[in-house]
Formats: sequence, C-alpha cells, structure tokens
Amino acid sequence: MSTVYSIKKGLDVRLLGDAEKTVVDLEVQRFAIKPPNFIGCFPKMIVNEGDQVSAGTTLFYDKYREDILFSSPVSGKVVSINRGAKRKLLEVVIEADGKDTALDFKAENPKDLDKEAIVAKMLKSGVWPVMRQRPYSVIANPADQPKAIFVSAFDTAPLAADFDLIVHGQGEAFQTGLDALAKLTTGTVHLNVDAKNTTSKVFLNSKNVQINQFSGPHPASNVSVHISRLDPLNKGEVVWYLSAQEVLTIGRLFLQGKFDASRVIACAGSEVKNPKYFKTLIGAGIANMIKSNVADGDNRYISGNVLTGDQLEKNGFVGFYDSMVTVIPEGNYHEFFGWILPGLKKFSFSGTFPAKLFPKRKYKVDTNLHGGHRAFVMTGKLEQVFPFDIYPMQLVKAIMVEDIDLMEQMGIYEIDEEDFALCEVIDTSKTEMQAIVRQGLDLIRKEMS
Amino acid sequence: MKALRNLLDKQKPHFEKGGKFEKLHAAFDSVETLFYVPDKVTTKGSHFRDAIDMKRTMITVFIALIPALLFGMWNIGYQHFLSIGEQPDFWTMFFYGFFKMLPIIIVSYGVGLGLEILFAQIRNHEVNEGFFVSGLLIPMIVPPEIPLWQVGVAVAFAVIFGKEVFGGTGMNIVNPALTARAFLFFAYPTDISGDKVWIAEKLDSFSGATPLGNAMIGDFSNMPSAMDMFMGTIPGSVGETSTLMILIGAVILLLTGIANWRIMLTVFAGGYIMGLLFNLWGANAYMEVPAWQHLIMGGFAFGAVFMATDPVTGTQTTKGMYYYGFLIGMIAVLIRVFNPAYPEGMMLAILLLNVFAPLIDHYVIAGNIKRRLKRLKALTN
Repeated sequence: MSTVYSIKKGLDVRLLGDAEKTVVDLEVQRFAIKPPNFIGCFPKMIVNEGDQVSAGTTLFYDKYREDILFSSPVSGKVVSINRGAKRKLLEVVIEADGKDTALDFKAENPKDLDKEAIVAKMLKSGVWPVMRQRPYSVIANPADQPKAIFVSAFDTAPLAADFDLIVHGQGEAFQTGLDALAKLTTGTVHLNVDAKNTTSKVFLNSKNVQINQFSGPHPASNVSVHISRLDPLNKGEVVWYLSAQEVLTIGRLFLQGKFDASRVIACAGSEVKNPKYFKTLIGAGIANMIKSNVADGDNRYISGNVLTGDQLEKNGFVGFYDSMVTVIPEGNYHEFFGWILPGLKKFSFSGTFPAKLFPKRKYKVDTNLHGGHRAFVMTGKLEQVFPFDIYPMQLVKAIMVEDIDLMEQMGIYEIDEEDFALCEVIDTSKTEMQAIVRQGLDLIRKEMS
Repeated sequence: MKALRNLLDKQKPHFEKGGKFEKLHAAFDSVETLFYVPDKVTTKGSHFRDAIDMKRTMITVFIALIPALLFGMWNIGYQHFLSIGEQPDFWTMFFYGFFKMLPIIIVSYGVGLGLEILFAQIRNHEVNEGFFVSGLLIPMIVPPEIPLWQVGVAVAFAVIFGKEVFGGTGMNIVNPALTARAFLFFAYPTDISGDKVWIAEKLDSFSGATPLGNAMIGDFSNMPSAMDMFMGTIPGSVGETSTLMILIGAVILLLTGIANWRIMLTVFAGGYIMGLLFNLWGANAYMEVPAWQHLIMGGFAFGAVFMATDPVTGTQTTKGMYYYGFLIGMIAVLIRVFNPAYPEGMMLAILLLNVFAPLIDHYVIAGNIKRRLKRLKALTN
C-alpha cells in the first residue's frame, strides 16, 4: 500500500460557503485566455479581433519560447484583445458561437508514442501550458528532462474544490493522461492523494504511477510540500507538476484528438447564495455564475482560493489554472476600537482572539487588512504554518535585500509564493510575502537565463 | 461613534499632503488608528488577513504587565509606611504608590511617544506601537524615588539611540527599556543602586536594602523569607518584586502566544542550573543560596518574562531561542554571584545576549544551509 506522509505544521482555515457537491451546466457566452496567468510569458498575438476560431486554434505564442502555443478553449469569434498599462496583453476574449467546432489533432494511444510525439501533440494543440515546472512555477520547458512529475489530486485550501467530484466518471481520460505523463519523465510520476478524504476509484485504481497519501492541515496539498517529502528539489533540478483536472485535459486530447477544455469549477464563499459546482470550459466568464447568486453589497470576486487567487471584476474570467471561484465581502470599513475589542467573530491564528478556543468554527472573512504595515516584530509564528526545513522570515528578508546567494542557500528553489500564503495571513506586520517571494523567484530566473 | 468618525473624516484632508497641518500627519494618523482600525483592504496576495495587528500584540503585553504594576504601586506605599512604622489601610498604601508612579509613567510616555511621532513624521511612516510597551516597562524597572528628569533623559536616550537610529521598532539591536535602565545605571549610579533609593521617603534609620544588595555585601542574616520574595513585599524596582504577579503576566503572554515559551523556560532553566552548579561548588555564602531562590530574587523573573522574550532583540530562530534563553539565565546568576560591582546581573545578561542574538541565529541558519548542501552533494557523488 502507498505510504502516508503526515504534515504537522499548517493551518486549516474553515470558511462559510462550502460548495454543495452537485455539478450543473453553466451557460457561458464569453471566455478568455489571460496571458498574466502564465508567469514569465511574453505573448505574441496570432489572431486579430473579429477572427473566427475553433477549440484548439492558436491565439498567441510565447515570444521567447515559440513552440509554446496557447489555444482557444471554444469555437467562436475573437471579440476583444484587452491591453493594460504599457500595452501589456491582459485578456483575449472569445465569444462562443455554440457550434462546438474543434481542430482535429488525431486520437492516439500514448502508450504507442514516444516522448517527442507526445510533447509535439501537446504543444500543437495548446494543451502544453497545463504543465508547469518547479522552480519558478513557469510553463515547463519541453526540452527539459524532469526528474519527476507531480499530480495533485486534492486541495486543502479554504473552500477548495473536491477533486473526487471533478474526476467522477472520467476514469479512462485520467488514466490516458497518466500514461502520457509516464512517457515524459525517466523518473516517477507521483499521484498525491488525501489520506483521509480521497475515495474516488479513479485515483486509487490508477496505474503507471506511484500513489502517495498525505494527511494534515493546509498546505498539505501544495506541490512544494509533496516535492519536499518525496523528492527534494536541489539547485539545477527540475520537476513538472499539474493538477488532476489538467491530467483529464491531456487524457482527452489523446482519446478524442481535440483540445477539450472542459472544467468543473466550484463557486463558493460566504457571499454565494447557492454554492455549487459548474461544468464549463477553461477561461469561462463568471457573469452567469454569480448572476442573482451572490449577496448584495460590495463583494470581492476571486479566481482561485482566498489565499492565492486573483481578484476579478464582476464580468471577469476564471484563470487558466483555477478550479474555483470564491466570493467574500470587501472589508473597506473603519472599525471602532477593533484592535482592543474581544472580536468574538473574527478569524485569528493568534491566542489574542477567542477564535483560538474554537478551532472547528467556520468563519466569514472579509478583505480588511486589520491593521497597518509594520516592520517584522513577532518571531516563531510563521514557522508554525510552514512545513518546510526553511526559515521563512529569514528567506523573505534575504529576498528583500536581493541577496541571490543567500536566497539559494536558504532554499528558495524548494518553495513558491503559494507556500507563503498562510504566513502572509497570520503575519502581525502585514507584510506582502507572496509578492516578495514572487519578486525573488523572478529575480533568480532572470539571473539564471 | 458616528460623530467621532465624521469629525476625523472632516479633519483628515488638513493633515494629508498639501493640507495646512501636513507636518502633523503622523500624529493625526496615530490618533485615527487608535480609535479606528483603518479601512484598508488587501490588494495583493492573500485576500483576507488575520485579525491580529501590532496594536493588539502590544496591548496584550500591556495587559500582562498590569498585575505587576498594580502590585508595585501598592508595594511602594507598603514599604514607605513600613519604614516609618505606620500601618494604614490598603487603599492609602495603594494611592500613595499610585501618585508616586503616575508622574514617572506620564514622563515616560510623554517623552517617548513625542519622539516616536516626531520620527514617524520625519521618516514618513506610521507610528510604531513598540513604545506602548517600553513606555510602561521603563517606569517598572526603576526605583520609586527616581528623579523625573532622569526618566525623561533615559527615555530619550533609549528611544533615539536604542531604537530610532537603527530604524525603529523591529530594527533595534538591544531592548529599549533595558537601554534606558542601563543608561540610568551608568550615568546616575547613586540614584539607582545602594540601599537608599528603593523605598519612597523612608526614615534613614530603616534599612532599605534589597535582597540582592544584602547578598552582595555578604549579609545573609537580613534576607527576607522566600515567601516574601515570591509575593513581593520587599524593597526593589517597582514592577519586579512580586514573582507571583509576574507569573500571572507570564500566563497571559503564553496563553495568547505573544511571548515565546522557549525563551521563558530556558531563562529559568539556565538560572536554576547555574545556581545548582554554585551550590555544588559552595565556596562562599552566596554560592550556597538555594538555586531556586535566584529565580525569585531581584529582577530575574521580570527579565525572563517581559524582557528576554522581546522578539525583536532576541534570537529569531526556534533553535536559537534555546541557546539564547539558557545563556541569559546562566550569565545573570554568574554576574550576581561573581561581580561585586553589579548586584543584579539580569539587565546586563539580557543586553549582552541581545548583542549576541544575531550571531546565534547566524550559526543556526548556517546549519540549515549546510544540511541543504549535503543533500546536493550526496546526489552528485
């Protein structure tokens, strides 16, 4: 039987608004692929506004890695190409025409193909971007030899989508995807599941992979945690990773010969009236998902979870890698003596609030910062939610002073910004740690290239 | 409540850039954030944050100090009336001490917060809450008869040279409150040591020596009982006499997780073990003082609970905390017993280890780096 890795340090943040375990079809008119989702990618447009596209038609490619193509998830018309400051490409919006035409990339059994053929097919169809690498969390370089591939089949983040539900009835596509992955590495393909909550046969009966079980609080599902326990990353090494939902996309490419961008997206959070799962495609607009389904008032729409997700407008689009949308209230209010009152309903990891006495309670959190930014003062707290053999505060300080040697020595290759999300949440000094870690990773990537 | 909010909102533009009171921006900000947690929301990273902030952290330490402070006030009165041979009721004693302490506290906060706001204004950042605690700690570690001007000078020295020259709260090397005390100790030794200063307005005929003062001169016949030292009905600095009240504060700090138990525990352990070693050696009467009594004498407990645990000036790595605390405890007792110039070693032990804390952390982190390199080497071989 597979080994159980028990994670001791961490924190499960329990929030109100868990998605009910039913999947309904969502009617969406507009979809978008958002280049900012792809770290370090410099998009070069191929299509223009007004062009007709099918599912699998290349929209743009990466200027510095021209073989990495990004495809339309749906057939329809390119209605707008939105740019931001300095003409930065933000969104390529496609309006679906309902015809469901898709380019044919030929159905093949990955077992009969070699690595080159599999990579070529994934690149050409635009499926390749689901494959990311550590360090840096950028899209994997097809020419690399990854020492292992990690597939996450669970998510411990607050309100996260249930992967058992997402892969339900998709056993064939999932196994086909894993077969393709097995050809891409000379090392092991790790399928990481929740020791307690993963019950789906799709995962547990998978072949051609090593199944590992993880237990414990968030961030037990973070890929860095899995890498650190199974096959620690050293300087110069590369591993690839993707989520179970993305394995399905690869599987369907080989089974059906087309870019099937289907996604099951959880819509959750305290402000959602009927939190549940929606079946749609990559990059779906959230307008219909939230229409008459959220509470009145000023809300924050997030693609992804509350720890690491991206803020969306009301008419925004789900991110390429995200499998959930979270809605929580904004916190733009002044609170009278908030710092000294007991704060019975507030979420806190510290013992200065009653929250510590009720670890099972579910909270409604808002976006208020609850204080001002300060220098680092408290010590020994971040380590309690950071399950790595790394000193989090010292690493963040090394990044702040841009000391590349020290960052390397202290283990920056082993972590990613998402691993600092909990540290950022509980930090008394309100330091923007995820942004700092991202800067550090970007700086190193630039130095190395 | 609404009226106050409206008033603040109305006045705010005057204090912002271009307003007529632009130069008082930091002061306005500190008042506004005192009444209201700001309406700022998250812009990047995690979308929600823990309800704790620096103000909450500091008020918790403040609350933890209150039992020792109130007891200290009563004890000032108790010692005074004891020395003149009177025995008034509880409240008379308490208010005698209260009015002795109040001016010291006012001077401490007045000078300290004034400087903090000034520096925040010049440096264009928000006022740090660190002095919220330092401002109360300083009055608690001086004798009740300290001249007020000395308090003012010491606070100014501590805030400027102990903290702000390094960049403010979070950047300082040594504990500001202890910097103030060390300044007084070396600049005005007659006002902070000896047997004259520990009891307010005492009769000259009454001995006002502290247990440590007696121990230093080898006079063990006049030592108060261990119970008195634990309860705190002895002369001494205002806040440090009652080990019991300090322990109540320690419980508050540990339950809320504000102070690190590792440091607190190892300071006591270090002091105790050093005391035991001296007991074994037993070359003189001081060495034979039972090891556990060191923990309730002088400022040992106060230093262990409120000073050594300062997260900024202590070690910041988990492993480093054990070394740091242990060495503070050992050195404090070592100085007590061996150095005739300093009756109390706690202040100097903590200041010394404050200076060494970054070095301890450096070696702990070097160990972590070495472990990582070893893993890489094992792979390449």
